[in-house]
Amino acid sequence: MLPAQATQFEREALKNYLLDHAYDEMFSGTGVLHPHYEPLLEHFSSLPTDELRRRKQAADLSFLNQGITFTVYGRDEGTERIFPYDPVPRIVTANEWATVERGLAQRITALNLFLKDIYNEGRILKDGVVPREIVYSCKHFRRQMVGLQVPRNVYVAVCGTDLIRMADGEFVVLEDNLRVPSGVSYMLTNRRVMKRIFPQLFRSYNVRPIEQYTQLLLGTLRSLAPEGRPEPNIVLLSPGVFNSAYFEHAYLARQMGIELVEGRDLVTHNNVIYMRTTSGLRRVDVIYRRVDDDFIDPMSFRPDSILGVAGLFNAYRAGNVTLANAFGTGVADDKALYAYVPDIIHYYLSEDPILPNVKTYLLTDPKSRQYVLANLDKLVVKAVGESGGYGMLIGPQSTAAEREEFARRIQADPRNYIAQPTISFSRAPCLIGDQLEPRHVDLRPYILYGEKINVVPGGLTRVALKQGSLVVNSSQGGGSKDTWVLSQ
Amino acid sequence: MLSRVADSLYWMSRYIERAEHTTRLLDVNLNLMLDESAASADRRWQRMLHALGNPKSVVWAGDPYDLTRSLIFDTGNKASILSCIISARENSRQVREQISTEQWQRLNSLFLQVTRPELQLAAPANSEQPTEFLQQVIEAIHQFQGVTDSTMSHGEGWHFIQVGRYIERATATALLLEAYHADLWSQPEHVPEGNEYLFMMGLLRSATAFEAYCKVYTADLTPDRILEFLLLDAEFPHSLRFAIDNLQHALESIDNESGKSRAEPLRRLSGRLQAMLSYSSVDEILTGDVVAYLRGIQIECRAIHEAIYNLYIDYSVQAALAG
Repeated sequence: MLPAQATQFEREALKNYLLDHAYDEMFSGTGVLHPHYEPLLEHFSSLPTDELRRRKQAADLSFLNQGITFTVYGRDEGTERIFPYDPVPRIVTANEWATVERGLAQRITALNLFLKDIYNEGRILKDGVVPREIVYSCKHFRRQMVGLQVPRNVYVAVCGTDLIRMADGEFVVLEDNLRVPSGVSYMLTNRRVMKRIFPQLFRSYNVRPIEQYTQLLLGTLRSLAPEGRPEPNIVLLSPGVFNSAYFEHAYLARQMGIELVEGRDLVTHNNVIYMRTTSGLRRVDVIYRRVDDDFIDPMSFRPDSILGVAGLFNAYRAGNVTLANAFGTGVADDKALYAYVPDIIHYYLSEDPILPNVKTYLLTDPKSRQYVLANLDKLVVKAVGESGGYGMLIGPQSTAAEREEFARRIQADPRNYIAQPTISFSRAPCLIGDQLEPRHVDLRPYILYGEKINVVPGGLTRVALKQGSLVVNSSQGGGSKDTWVLSQ
Repeated sequence: MLSRVADSLYWMSRYIERAEHTTRLLDVNLNLMLDESAASADRRWQRMLHALGNPKSVVWAGDPYDLTRSLIFDTGNKASILSCIISARENSRQVREQISTEQWQRLNSLFLQVTRPELQLAAPANSEQPTEFLQQVIEAIHQFQGVTDSTMSHGEGWHFIQVGRYIERATATALLLEAYHADLWSQPEHVPEGNEYLFMMGLLRSATAFEAYCKVYTADLTPDRILEFLLLDAEFPHSLRFAIDNLQHALESIDNESGKSRAEPLRRLSGRLQAMLSYSSVDEILTGDVVAYLRGIQIECRAIHEAIYNLYIDYSVQAALAG
């Protein structure tokens, strides 16, 4: 796939670069680069041998020393790892991004209207566009939210949507994350590291900045404060230091200049939330919560939770405190509901979806179920309420025993699973040893919704660093790289 | 500032101070041991354990290197250097957004340095290795304290760090003096013999005080001057008086910032301890019961610790809403 007049670097580094049916971010065909990757290869060619590897090592060390780590569950306690980092940027053109941006804004608008509707009149259910049982059987549907008004009718203030690219290069939505999406701190620190290790390369591209994210987030949270609280006290609620995303919580709180609180820092009195400070109790107005619904208030939800604040839900119901995101947003990122999102967009906005969905089989439908059970070796099966790559079957890479196990589970509880065709995500060049090799990537941009909608130009590109692997989740051996959205 | 944050900064600082103190005692004693007959080893190491508050599960069994290893690496022992560094780092991790990046990086790399698995495997009884290791730890801690002072705002959080540091230092110094009591001050009319010089040297160096002492009194070491210097000197950072003065100053600054009217009991306790040290003379102390005096200081420090908790950290919600 080498260009005719390949440089020494290219002949060496690209000798194992494999192209097949999956879309490649760098090559548009054998030996033909996408033009926006040309300066990158040119720059890499100008570096001394080993230099790429050396810079990557410097970046790794800097991540470790800064404690930019995540915690791996289910192993020895306190297993901290750095999030594997790939130094080759993923480049998105201005044109490509324009579509993504419009599509994401459209989607978050429709999903917020949907949440408002199902927790109030329920028009979409009465009109039969979305079946009632899909909504009411979802374990993230919160009856407590029915009839409750939220500021500006914003349920999902912070959203991270997972996109992938099909074989023709089209971006499609794989998953919406509407509860407590994470990863944005890696987007920000990846950028900082990239600017340090490739300053010249970075300058030579016109990359749109993303550093304004924390300020936009703060503005979003402020715009959602309860009425009559002009100088709201905004806090970030974290489950604490043992949570896998604790680094991110601390990072965002520091960047926004707000307090990072844990459940034990907050107390409720007369339906008002206070935080315990050295100078007494201080009222809290907006909580950017990074704790799941189930754990947030032991009085209203899981009684065994020690992460939450007793009485928080009553204070919320009384309108004395805002939560971002609202309770009960998980019903709209349920993987079975996902199949209806195009209809939801049509219903509320009378528009066609700008970003399409991946074909999804609902297993509650007998015909689909039959098809899926007969074709498990070709499909991907996902549990509807799980995230992080847990509870998944990837058909082509599974064993017969795993398929049997999933067949059994599907028959026992069809509502709990969906199936999708196995899609070969697009591949982007990654540094493996001294070579560039293609690896599957996805893209998680972050969308903020307060007074208006902000889509930050960029996102977290996650990489399945294992050759051939399709799982990009950090808990499953994935890594990440910086995403450069070009301004022209 | 959040109460939990104040709590973590306070303990981060105490653990760092404790790690430094333990490290220095080990380093000094391993060094002085070389000049001594094996017969006095029992006394030396037992005295050191006394100065460390006789930590549970650590016993003197005759081998200084075994003891050293256990005081450095045994994470089953809460007082080991490793345990202290882990606890300090764990506390700082919980307030990651409150301290400066430089502080975090310095402490985190100390943590990574001392928890390297190969270090524990490669730590057999070897006379060179512990010394080098101990010096690296002290150096790293000094750097941490340096960046704490130069990169963190000297606001409330920094003052809580000072409170932790000086309350720990005051307690440790009082205990250190108590451990040397039998050797230095129990018999006032006793004529010094050869070994005593090593005791006195050991004590001064355990408080980094040898050079500072010499500047004031010359190298003429006497037990009463040493007691005077380590208890009552106003300018030396490891003297008790200096520690209590700084503790008092930090508490006043916190009091001003947080503006509490309920601070009275705490003010009384710390003010009384400060006055006691400012207006004592060493002759008075020596004619009285030295051990009781030193224990009194430790008890006052504990009472101050509790008063800080009642006032800033663990107060009842009712009291806070009422006041």
